[in-house]
This record gives sequence, structure tokens and C-alpha cells, in this order.
Amino acid sequence: MARGMVIIGAGECGGRAALALRELGYDGAVTLVGDEPHLPYERPPLSKDAMVSEAPEIKAIASDAILAEKSIRHIHSVQAVAIDRAAHAVRLSDGSVLPYDKLLLATGSTPRKLPMPGLGPRCVYLRTFTDALAIRAHLTAGNRIAVIGGGFIGLELAAAARKLGAAVTVIEAQPRILMRGVPAEIAEIIHEAHVAEGVKILCGDGIASIADDGKEVRVTLAGGQEISADLAVVGIGAVPVTGLAAEAGLTIDNGIAVDAELRSSDPDIFAAGDCCSFPLAVYGGRRVRLEAWRNAQEQGALAARNMLGAGEAHAAVPWFWSDQYGLSLQIAGLSDEGRSIVRRDLDDGAFILFHLAEDGRLVAASGIGPGNAVARDIRLAEMLIGKWAKPAPEALGSQAVKLKSLLAA
Amino acid sequence: MSDWVEACAAGDIDEEDVMRFDHGGRTFAIYRSPDDEFFATDGLCTHEKVHLADGLVMDDIIECPKHNGRFNYKTGAARGAPVCVNLKTYPVKVDAGKVLIQIG
Repeated sequence: MARGMVIIGAGECGGRAALALRELGYDGAVTLVGDEPHLPYERPPLSKDAMVSEAPEIKAIASDAILAEKSIRHIHSVQAVAIDRAAHAVRLSDGSVLPYDKLLLATGSTPRKLPMPGLGPRCVYLRTFTDALAIRAHLTAGNRIAVIGGGFIGLELAAAARKLGAAVTVIEAQPRILMRGVPAEIAEIIHEAHVAEGVKILCGDGIASIADDGKEVRVTLAGGQEISADLAVVGIGAVPVTGLAAEAGLTIDNGIAVDAELRSSDPDIFAAGDCCSFPLAVYGGRRVRLEAWRNAQEQGALAARNMLGAGEAHAAVPWFWSDQYGLSLQIAGLSDEGRSIVRRDLDDGAFILFHLAEDGRLVAASGIGPGNAVARDIRLAEMLIGKWAKPAPEALGSQAVKLKSLLAA
Repeated sequence: MSDWVEACAAGDIDEEDVMRFDHGGRTFAIYRSPDDEFFATDGLCTHEKVHLADGLVMDDIIECPKHNGRFNYKTGAARGAPVCVNLKTYPVKVDAGKVLIQIG
């Protein structure tokens, strides 16, 4: 083991993996390669705090000082262009070649592009800090912002834009916002919050055409309605970044396919975070790909352990959150595994929906409320899901029964 | 120095639980451990200033409600990503059923 560890992708996942290698006592070379000019940073604030702050700043995962102290070499503004698996080396866009003992691909995901002509400079996507700064400049009082896609990124951005006084229209082709992964009952609360804050939400009508003359965007819906905006932000999902892996001949299956230990079809190459699909043990090995901050963090750390030979299988329960206005949503597990729902009302209008499988097993929990009202119970639900628990529906539905007591059962 | 402030009654907090206590423009978290001892720390997570009292107490760990940063509430020690800065702790005593913390 003399070549060291190379990590491609310096986001949440790659950054955490590099730090974890050092925390685990690995003393060989650790090289972190990123195509952005910045330090590894947290992306969740990009659609939230960074959008309303006067002078948005990067929330770095590790400072230059920490990286230096831990002897983590961070190569920025460079792309990995090819993996030579036989030689165990990665070639970078600056011409240099990095040899590796183990390689981690933490290449993340990239915004799904709107597949139609007519998009120009006033039609943008949000993924990086640079993207966020460019969008932030347009979020001023009276400016018209069209958000294409009623998913989390778009809705968080809509909330931020309203806070700054912009006029916001959300365009969603599906019959309602947050179709993917969020129960209708909760999506409705979020929908109402946006409407109360003055956001216009148009659902159930696809986009027929877009015209962008560089000063204004005109979106025409299939039903004929026309929306004019100073800026259109497209948030219609993300696709895994797999080009490098595919060209190296690694198996791709809705992302870089890895096993429970996050190992790709090459035993010396691992993949983690948004870019990989993996068997989710908590649902019997169902292959999934997650686009979530905590997953990126946990898989980065798990990949580091397994690069050092731990042989540890992924066992976490998916977890996700979103903040819009004063509301916070948290989801543990994948709600599409459920067949029935039990509702638990908490204080201040907060509530949690427990999703139960046919055999009574708790498979997911979705909660919404002001501030962090649902956080504790969602965390306990996450543990119950991880234990394959089958709690009594009446206990789940009663605020008088503490969820913690069900955990001990 | 010995600025002891009454935070709550001992019975206000369940075992293995936490409560928020605001005083003098500052916010604290008061904990009751599973073995029935009381502890106090700063009230906000060192990662993103979230109230820890909305989080979950398991044994001697408090977990932030937002991003699952973990601290040992008895020592204030940060226990892994995303938190890396320790939590400040404060002396606590129970007197005649009242929980007092020294915030000096």
C-alpha cells in the first residue's frame, strides 16, 4: 500500500471520506480531487440561507488549515478524465496522473436538463455555490422568478425568493407539488404555506415551449397559459454523474452500481453518495440511489472504512429534511414501501404520518411542523424502522404514548 | 463566579430527556440522564445554532434535531460529523427539588 487513496469529487461525500480516512488512522497519501474552485462545502444551504443572505458564504466542510493539518491534498478546479484500472491510476484534466491503491468515486449528481429548445442565459440550474451566487443576484424585490419544477430545490428557492420580495411562480407538470416521496397530506401543507406567502403555483400543466431572449424568459404551458419572468430556475431532479465510471467499464445501474460495502464492479474502486446505486438492507436489498445530504455524509464515512478493509455493510435508514418559511419537513425511510398510514398529531399543528407495510412493519415516517417540532419523533421512527419494528398502530397514533417506549419493546 | 440560577424543578424533565432554559439573553439545555443525574450545556448546536432541546437524548448523548450532530452532554465532547466544535458545559446541582445551574 504505497500509492494511497484517491477520492474523485470534493463535495459532502468526498470531503467526509477524506476526513474519515484520517480519523481512522490511515497514514498514506489522501488526495481529494474536485472540479469546483472551492473548499469542500455543504450544499444544503445553497437553496436556503445562501439565497437570502446579503453576502452568501461557503459553509466549508474543512478549512485549508484542517486539510493541511491532516495532510489531505485537495486538488481543485480539475476534472478526472480517465481511470486506468490496470495501472491503478486516474488521469486529470491538467494532464497529471494520480496512482491509487483504492479509488473512491464521489462524483455526485448534476441537475436534470429540461429537454427542450429555447433555453438561454435567463434559464438556470442550481447545483454549485457559483450557481447560487448567480441566482441570488436576481432575487430582488419585484423581480419575476419562474421556478420550473415543484420539488424541494425549487420550493426552497421559491421561499427564499419571496423573502426577498421577488414575484414567484412555480410550474409543476404533475398534478401536485412534491409527487416523489412526499405524501399528499404533507405536500398540501407546504402548498398552502407557499400560497399564503404569495407564491403562485401552477400544477398539472406541462411546458409547451420556452423562449429566452437573454433579458426575459417566456414559458408557455400546454394549456396555453404564458408566464413571463426575469429568471427561470429549473429544478426537475438530478442525474448521477457516471461518465468517468462508465468509460472505465464499471457496471452502471441508475448510478454506479455498488454492493452493500459500496464496492463497484472493480474491487479497488468504491462509489458513494448521489452517484451510486446500492442495495438498501432495511428493505431487503432493494437497489436505490439517494440524493441526500446525510446519505452522502454516511456513505463517505462508510466507504472510507471499507477502503481500509472494514468489510462493513451499509445499514442506515434514508433520512431527509427540507426547510421552507418556518416549516420543517423530515422524512425517515421510503414512504413508497408503505401500504397504510397512521397519523400522529403533535403540538402546534405538527404531525407525523407513519407508513406501515402490509405485515404491520413500520417502513417510513413523514413529518411536518414549525421549527424542529417533528425532529425527535422522526429520529425515533428512524430507529424503529431500522429495527424492523411492528409497533401497534394505536400506539403510533397516540401522542400520549412515547415513541421511545416502543423502541425498548 | 458562584452565580447559581434556578432552571426548573427536577420533576419537569423526564429521565433520559432534555429541556430548554433561557436566561439573561442566553439559551441552555438541561439534561436528566438515565441514571437520574442532571447536566447543563449551551443550548445551541455548534454546527448551525439549532436548539438542542428539540433533539433526542440517548444514554449520555444528545443528538441535534436538524443534522444529527452528536455530543456527550456530560462532557460537551463533539461525537462526529457534522459537528467538530465541543459544547460548553455548566455545573449543575439539585437543591430541594430545584435544578440550579452555575452560568457565571
